[in-house]
Amino acid sequence: MTTALALQYLVAGLTYGTIYAVVGIGFNIIYNTTGIINFAQGEFVMLGGMTAASLHRLLPLPLAVLGAVALTTLVGAAVELTFIRWLRRPSVLRMIIVTIGVSILLREAALHLWGEGVRSLPYFTGDEVTALELGGARVSPQVLWSLATCGAVVVALQLFFHRTRTGREMRACAANREAAALCGLATRDLVTLSFALSAGIGALAGCVVSPITYTRYDIGASLALKGFTVAILGGLGNAGGAVAAGFLLGTLEAFSIAVLPAAYKDVLAIAILLLILFLRPSGLFGDRELARLGAS
Amino acid sequence: MALLEVRGLCKRFGGLQAVQDVSFGVEPGTVKALIGPNGAGKTTLFNLVSGVTAPDAGQVLLRGQAIQGRPPHEVAALGLSRTFQQIRLFPGMSALENVMVGAHVRGRAGFLAGLLRLPSTWREERALEARARRALELVELGHLAAAEATSLSYGQQRGVELARALASDPALLLLDEPAAGLNVRETDELARLIGRIRARGVTVLLVEHDMSLVMQVSDEVAVLCFGQKIADAAPQAVQRDPEVVRVYLGEDEC
Repeated sequence: MTTALALQYLVAGLTYGTIYAVVGIGFNIIYNTTGIINFAQGEFVMLGGMTAASLHRLLPLPLAVLGAVALTTLVGAAVELTFIRWLRRPSVLRMIIVTIGVSILLREAALHLWGEGVRSLPYFTGDEVTALELGGARVSPQVLWSLATCGAVVVALQLFFHRTRTGREMRACAANREAAALCGLATRDLVTLSFALSAGIGALAGCVVSPITYTRYDIGASLALKGFTVAILGGLGNAGGAVAAGFLLGTLEAFSIAVLPAAYKDVLAIAILLLILFLRPSGLFGDRELARLGAS
Repeated sequence: MALLEVRGLCKRFGGLQAVQDVSFGVEPGTVKALIGPNGAGKTTLFNLVSGVTAPDAGQVLLRGQAIQGRPPHEVAALGLSRTFQQIRLFPGMSALENVMVGAHVRGRAGFLAGLLRLPSTWREERALEARARRALELVELGHLAAAEATSLSYGQQRGVELARALASDPALLLLDEPAAGLNVRETDELARLIGRIRARGVTVLLVEHDMSLVMQVSDEVAVLCFGQKIADAAPQAVQRDPEVVRVYLGEDEC
């Protein structure tokens, strides 16, 4: 393999890695405040991309993206208000099954609304053929957009969780929900907010990668699988770990194409997920407790 | 008017009558202790008062306002804070951050306002931090503000929890066995601290096993046995009460 080709694989890996990382972060936010894995996370990404593509017919691109993120954020909050909030002392398993149901619901709704067609947004800057030369590899400007967005999301979340009142409340709620309630925090509202937040972040990711990967009503399930793998690999609840694991998985997938038939790409993610669950369920980065509490 | 008034409170868990028709009041500015043998229903009573569990019957009035059955975060917002028998700090957060969460109840910016109104949010954040630092200094832990709360010693963690409860500027402070696990010196410090809290006009209701602490800090002592109140008077009077003596010396069942 030439250096240029290796670099090209690496760029492709980082591109997919960013979206896996952002989906993984979405898992983490909800896991941190509720202890549940939200399997509708991939559908939030799909909704973001689809809504933005529809809005873009009427609105300029930045407004379409903004609108899609806002609408998906509302959908996230609505999912929690409708399906989770009224459950009294639900078991974690029950809530997880609810999220699987929600993911099917959102997927079918998207099928009825948008049909089976593939949609995408135009490139944010440049187009399909513009590319930067980087050591012999061709890098689409959209790749830089998605890397920058991923970086901005991580930094913004870090600031949010550590520098704002609401962020601190969410960390307190994650650490000990009952004590948080007795300190006067409306923990149920914080759970709603965590769904809204991870839906919004998922939608943003969906918009940014849509020019590269395209969007269809059914992309959510495979994204959820990848994001879940990444969240587990990085240690549940650990946003930094999710980013590292996202890049790792994306790169491994990209390089696997050089060795394995392309159809085996998803097999790799599932194999890694199983290996991690068998061998190191607390993830690659750090012990279980620290991972859960290091909320981003 | 009593700051806290408990009227005919009952709670049953399956076949166990944990709290049976208990009534008492706590006058503003005083320290009241709840004592009783293990299993007397003290912690259940605390959970009923602070909104953790809903009573089967009876009323809890804070400043004349019924609070029984209301969710804990509303009860806290009405001016009632508590600490726990088992320390429940927020791991992964510094001592100062833990205390700041306690102070949030008193901040005014709400849910969305906190995200949107940036300049006033910054000001409020400063005010919250200052309030939290004062609370930490009151428990003499100001120098440990930046340390991760759960890395502190047991006694210091109790202090942080107390500061967290105080940071919400409560009218009534509930302390659930504050001296549990403390050594003699730390218990002495705790007694002085409760004195300082009382001097600031905060009313205190505590559950405690350490009798010397109870007798030292309390204005009134109520005694529970098998879910029922058997005495409620000044410390000296309670110590002489034949019923209480019988329960504590374990002659027979009450």
